[in-house]
Amino acid sequence: MNQSDFLKVVLPFKDKVFRLAKRLLVSTEEAEDATQELLFKLWKSKEKLADYNNVEAFAMTMTKNYCYDRLKSKQANNLTLVHSNYKEKETSLDKKLEYRDSVNQVHVLIEKLPEQQKIIIQLRDIEQYDFDEICKMVDMKPTAVRVALSRARKTIREELTKTHNYGVS
Amino acid sequence: MELANIEKLVEKYLDATTTLQEEATLKNYFTGGNVAKHLQEYAYLFNYFATAREETFTKAISLEPKKSKKRNLKWLSVAASVAVLFSIFLGKHQYDKNVQRKEAQRIYAQVSRGLELLSTNLKKGEQAVANLYRYENSVNKILK
Repeated sequence: MNQSDFLKVVLPFKDKVFRLAKRLLVSTEEAEDATQELLFKLWKSKEKLADYNNVEAFAMTMTKNYCYDRLKSKQANNLTLVHSNYKEKETSLDKKLEYRDSVNQVHVLIEKLPEQQKIIIQLRDIEQYDFDEICKMVDMKPTAVRVALSRARKTIREELTKTHNYGVS
Repeated sequence: MELANIEKLVEKYLDATTTLQEEATLKNYFTGGNVAKHLQEYAYLFNYFATAREETFTKAISLEPKKSKKRNLKWLSVAASVAVLFSIFLGKHQYDKNVQRKEAQRIYAQVSRGLELLSTNLKKGEQAVANLYRYENSVNKILK
């Protein structure tokens, strides 16, 4: 496998790797580093790639594990993750702005979810993988994946209705 | 898509039993802009999902980012082991020299003690011979 063959395999899912990394690591820079590192790891084990029938799923699993490791070492260093590009709700009456804020709010709500639910909602609702693939990527039983996903969706919806009904904006 | 159907799908969606196709139907409805008031929060949700999917990795992919660092490390270890070997060699050399000098000193001391012993004993013998001469002289004087 030479460099261009490798890129042909990797390019279709590099954005998915990046988005998953960003979901877990929060900062764009960290996610970029993680993606770079992961692609490099894949490149190093390129001889073995032919043996995997689903390189993409393999890459997503690697991403998940890599980000977990990064998070663990971060916690050890006592660094907390903060979302940097979230803006506070503005009091403007502009309907469009309010709408955008509500969409941004979803981002924050997902951020508050437990890590496992974060990953699953990322893989299902954003990347639209089917359940079989998700089970492989996160190494969980289908029922467990469904339970986690259902819980995540319900939590987000509840929070959204709360702010909506109480008219925070 | 009629509203009753959408409501049913939303329920299924919350229980995570929708198929990807059904979720695509929901996505189309909620991002379409014409959303029922009581389902407004789902519009936020699905619009977020749609925008989140658009984010891309824009950096150039480089396939040898850390190679040079690794190679440096390799050469560093080679250099370190050479330095260690060299210092062991030097140390051994110095140690051997020291041992040799001590050995030489010990042998020198032994030899000089031996020679001293010899010379004192020789002196004793000389005195005895001198006494003998004197005795012989006096005997000759008497006999003449």
